[in-house]
Amino acid sequence: MSSTAEPVIRIEHVTKSYTSGMPVLRDVSLTVARGEVVVVCGPSGSGKSTLIKCVNALEPIQQGRITVDGEQVGGKGVNLPRLRARVGMVFQHFELFPHMRVLDNLCLAQCKVLGRSRQEAESRSEALLDRVGLKAFAGKHPGQLSGGQQQRVAIARALAMDPVVMLFDEATSALDPEMVSEVLDVMVELARSGMTMMVVTHEMGFARKVAHRVVFMDQGEVVEDSPTTVFFEGAQSPRARQFLSKILTY
Amino acid sequence: MHRHQGRAVGYNWNWGIFWEQSPEGNGTYLDMLVQGLGTTLLTAALAWIIALVVGSAVGVLRTLPGRTAPLLASAWIELFRNMPLLVQLFLWYFVFPDLLPTPWAIWLKQLPNASFVTAVIGIGFFMSARVAVQISSGIEALPLGQRAAATALGLTSAQTYRYVLLPMAFRIILPPLTSELLNTIKNTSVALTIGLAELTARARAVQEFSFQVFEAFTAATLAYLAINLIATLAARWLESRVRVPGYGKA
Repeated sequence: MSSTAEPVIRIEHVTKSYTSGMPVLRDVSLTVARGEVVVVCGPSGSGKSTLIKCVNALEPIQQGRITVDGEQVGGKGVNLPRLRARVGMVFQHFELFPHMRVLDNLCLAQCKVLGRSRQEAESRSEALLDRVGLKAFAGKHPGQLSGGQQQRVAIARALAMDPVVMLFDEATSALDPEMVSEVLDVMVELARSGMTMMVVTHEMGFARKVAHRVVFMDQGEVVEDSPTTVFFEGAQSPRARQFLSKILTY
Repeated sequence: MHRHQGRAVGYNWNWGIFWEQSPEGNGTYLDMLVQGLGTTLLTAALAWIIALVVGSAVGVLRTLPGRTAPLLASAWIELFRNMPLLVQLFLWYFVFPDLLPTPWAIWLKQLPNASFVTAVIGIGFFMSARVAVQISSGIEALPLGQRAAATALGLTSAQTYRYVLLPMAFRIILPPLTSELLNTIKNTSVALTIGLAELTARARAVQEFSFQVFEAFTAATLAYLAINLIATLAARWLESRVRVPGYGKA
């Protein structure tokens, strides 16, 4: 990865706290370069999910700066809905729209946000459903699909917006074990196709396989930010080593 | 002769009364009741439209982020929900016109069908408070991630409500909303106190002209039962039509 390329995501000195109590993010800085896959991991409550939600301003920040593709998130004169449309997001609980058929889930924002014609949106949607292996399910409703299938549809829905970066917020945490791999397969394929990805996950196998860098967070801080092999073979910080020893032993 | 106060001693049943000419001189007693039924239906239908439109708007305001909109919505709900309907109709009919500048008050009092307009608006606003509570609890019953997913796709707040939140919220609240529709129909009878010639008022007029109190109110009762039954069946049909395949199963 060229270090001189302008990063797609640049997070600079971000601090965030809820109205009362401890800050959930403390002076967090990190970048995701074009084509890079960055895995963010850490114990529960470390702030990793909050951080990823700040990237498309689903959560506001109090201090610091986040830019996506050169535009400042929440900056003056920046059209936030248009900026969000360029950032694909996949949620832990899929969040497909239950009253819409799978195809309509994919078409809605293409038509309403990007202004694509229905025909254009449908052909793009069908191609993406094919890519995640669910073309036959276009006419089904989300409730008729398994969890793994729903998450693959959710990935296709995000991709339909032709995003510059994809965010994954614990995309496999709510799945039955036998469905995790079908979703990870789609994510691996996506990573290998050159998509820029920021992935919050506990799936260390996925991290080893496709991540360029691993960021380890604890108590709202970035504790470690290393190339993948360095992270797994010799994490520097004791907290990261402790975390790894706990999740890798089983 | 025995004397039984309050009992129909020596009452002359006459079910043929409905086909006799009424002293009003423009048709039979049945025509009087049918006209009353027509007024009841028209009043209920227009009041229900106001209740749905205003109630949906207020219900949505109540769920918006920030403080002002929810506060205004709550004020509306508490104002119209906590005063008896009878008092509200009296206020609209007798008090409200005098609070206006004189020319407006005169114009209002000279409206040919002031009691009809007052009933539609008064019952509409009263019911809007109840509809608003249903709408906002329907929206709040949806997973938070639904709004986040729509926002992340770049949909604006208005689009999120229009395409994602409201379609599901309405489905969830259809059964309680049906009860509110029935309440709207039944509440139109209160408008006889401001001189609206609706079904109950006309039944009373039949009684006063003909002294056939039981026949008049039996007919009115059956008519109310019939319209509420039809409304209930229509609501059931609508529920089954908009049911989401696979949604709500375990």
